[in-house]
Amino acid sequence: MTEVRQQVMNDSSASAVPAISLTGITKRFPGVLANDAISLDLNAGEIHVLLGENGAGKSTLIAILAGMQQPDSGEIRVRGRPVRIGSPRESLALGIGTVFQHVLLVPSLTVLENLMLGRSWWRPLDRRATLARFQELSRTLGVTIDPDAPVGRLGLGQQQQVEIMRALWRGEGVLILDEPTSMLTPQGVEDLGRVMRRLASQGIAVIFITHKLREAYAFGDRISVLRLGRKVGELPPERLRAMDEAAATHEVVRLMFGTVEGHRGDSETLLARGRHRRKGRVDPATPPVLTLRNVSTHAASGECGLTDVSLELRPGEVLGIAGIDGNGQKHLAEVLAGQRPASAGRIEIDGRDATREDVGQRREHGLSYITDERLGEGTVGPFSVATNLVLKEIGQPPYWRHGITLWQRINELARRTIRQHDVRTPSERTPIAKLSGGNVQKVLLARELGHATRIAVFNKPTYGLDLQNIRLARRRIAEGAAAGLATLLISTELDELLELSDRIAVMYRGRIAGIVENPVAETGSDIELTLGRLMTGAAA
Amino acid sequence: MSVIAESPPRGAWLGGVARIALPVLLALVVGGLILLALEKNPLEYYAFVVERGLLSWAGLQESITRSAPLLLIAAGLIVAFRAGIWNLGVDGQFLLSAVAAAALAPALAPVLPDWLTLTLSCLLAFAIGALWSVVPALLKARFGINEIITSLMMSFLGISFANVLVKLVFRDPGTTVPQTLTLPVEDRLARLFGSTVNCGVIIAVLAVLLVHLMMTRTAFGLKLQVVGANPRAAVHAGLPVGRLTVATFALSAGLAGLAGAVEVVGVLGTIRADWNPAYGLLVVPLVFLARFNGPAVIAFVFCFAVLQIGGESAARRLGVPHFYVLVLVGLLLLFLAVVEYLDHRRRASRGA
Repeated sequence: MTEVRQQVMNDSSASAVPAISLTGITKRFPGVLANDAISLDLNAGEIHVLLGENGAGKSTLIAILAGMQQPDSGEIRVRGRPVRIGSPRESLALGIGTVFQHVLLVPSLTVLENLMLGRSWWRPLDRRATLARFQELSRTLGVTIDPDAPVGRLGLGQQQQVEIMRALWRGEGVLILDEPTSMLTPQGVEDLGRVMRRLASQGIAVIFITHKLREAYAFGDRISVLRLGRKVGELPPERLRAMDEAAATHEVVRLMFGTVEGHRGDSETLLARGRHRRKGRVDPATPPVLTLRNVSTHAASGECGLTDVSLELRPGEVLGIAGIDGNGQKHLAEVLAGQRPASAGRIEIDGRDATREDVGQRREHGLSYITDERLGEGTVGPFSVATNLVLKEIGQPPYWRHGITLWQRINELARRTIRQHDVRTPSERTPIAKLSGGNVQKVLLARELGHATRIAVFNKPTYGLDLQNIRLARRRIAEGAAAGLATLLISTELDELLELSDRIAVMYRGRIAGIVENPVAETGSDIELTLGRLMTGAAA
Repeated sequence: MSVIAESPPRGAWLGGVARIALPVLLALVVGGLILLALEKNPLEYYAFVVERGLLSWAGLQESITRSAPLLLIAAGLIVAFRAGIWNLGVDGQFLLSAVAAAALAPALAPVLPDWLTLTLSCLLAFAIGALWSVVPALLKARFGINEIITSLMMSFLGISFANVLVKLVFRDPGTTVPQTLTLPVEDRLARLFGSTVNCGVIIAVLAVLLVHLMMTRTAFGLKLQVVGANPRAAVHAGLPVGRLTVATFALSAGLAGLAGAVEVVGVLGTIRADWNPAYGLLVVPLVFLARFNGPAVIAFVFCFAVLQIGGESAARRLGVPHFYVLVLVGLLLLFLAVVEYLDHRRRASRGA
């Protein structure tokens, strides 16, 4: 192990040979050309940003580098030597470490125990050697973490640092970070930026995958843009340094879409700069349509329940719920939908007590819940698009008569919906799991936002969607609010909340840490900073 | 194994046939090798089984008669399995209901018309079966306790309890071997066209087809399928998962109970102590093989009945133990799993 590391360090610091050089990488899946002759040099000591929307081929490229996929053609050279990365193990042995989007640590084990996982089963656990390497890497990263703390107790930022250590464990050669900022607070993102910079300064080639332009500009030495499986452009360090942020942004948007003007919306979504374009028209005198009074829930271990949550929501208003994932947002959505009982407190719809009503009754009163787990609970994967469209109306007219299913009507409805909402599917009888995330979301939105809906609870409505679908979903939320829909928008994307919400409530450990008007009333106060501090409990 | 959605997928015919034919073929070949190791001629054995179970008139009648209880149990299993509920307690439900029917029918036969006696016996059997499923159903619905364990345990209890009833409560005093009072042949289920086949098989086929229609054409069936395919989606859609679980269990166990009644009032007329054909666990692999599809189950159950009837004759004639049939079923399950696994691997590697 030490030997490998030594070799990696020597190689990377010795010459100008790229740490990894990809030439003409092509990967084809049935019906999709995921990577189309991509050539890319990853240099030691450089933060190389890979930009591109979902489906641009970033994930496939990472999977190839991490040894999980084999390219159909093309060449990979590691420090000048052509290699074949046949498995994740081989990838690690070559000094390529990957940190995936979701934390893959065992929460009940300590930091050291997690780092000792994954070695051959016949090797004894060597605490002292592990601790030594842990301290070495702590210095490299410039962080302090308690090696004996259970990982579950660490904040997400620190968990990510442990993941980075694990990725660098077998040698500090190449570090791939796949959308690492998606679950961090603004401050966490800053910290990560510092760690990346430090690692690069020590000769590590850092690959930073993101879809946020601002982060790309703030942290990147070099930016490569992928689009539909192709590399459509690259901004080398000399050029990037010579540009200011606006110019760089302009250039990247041009690369991604060919033109800035034609896709105004795309660039704004991408820039996270569509600041509160929605004009709220809420009359504070209107009685709230939805009221929560001191609502609490029971939480199983590993979950975050609600404690004493009070909120009001008026027709036409968008109330954003900010917070780091796992601070009670899920329970809030479920208790509102009627999927989860409240252990204390009161929920009122139109001033009437609805605390004990079930999903069906609340739906009758016009409350819809658009879940973030589109395939996990929102739909039944192997069932057809048509069936999933009526999933919440099973047994009700006009699609059922005396309990008999009228498939013809259901299929007609489905064909109509597919046309109206531009759902891309081979047919209404295709299993919904075969559709892309954006199209599943279109089906869900069509199902949940019928004309009878008066209150909509969105849970991370744009999570995992591509730019075009993010824009569509956000537009639907804005349109809904304009038409008088009372909207509760749970999101981890700050820019989304800032763009759409009239007020933003921040959740921290199951409580409402604070509610902020958007835009802020007094001038000069930085709303992002305020929200970030509320999200980490700092301003409590 | 994936549950078939609300309507069968199109264009998957060839693959579907291969996935069924291949395990059957492999089981027959490997089973043949075992016969060779026992110094029996496999071809002779298989030919004999087909001859006795299917081609001879007496054997065919017996095979059809045997299909009736198997089909009713299968209908019950389809309901449960499609709803994602593993009711493995069918043997207990079957036997206890059979005893109930065997106790009631001879008592009513002298006073009531036959059709009423038979109907009441069947209804009672259905109710007893359903009742025996209440414990596992409630445990599952309320506390999420795994129904495989609880229904199996209730099955052992049911089998023993049925024996106790035969030996102590409903024993016919006129016999030396403990058994229930016998229902006279003329009071049993009507026979068809002068054959030995009684109309139980018609009830059974109807039950399977009705269950199939219920699953594919009604709101109740669709709800059950949603619960089975994605319980979290069922909660999300506001379906009463607990009540559906209890209803599914009751229906499934009731059909198993009906199977017991049909066997008693159609064929046996009485139950001897310690009688337990253990049909339930034999039907489970068949239902899987048919992928919970009603019409396919009818075909498989009939083939299995032929194998069983023929196998029983072969045991007497060729000296191949009759439980060799179980070896074949075991092999079938094994290869079914292997073929399923390989198919899954193939799909995964194609990246589909």
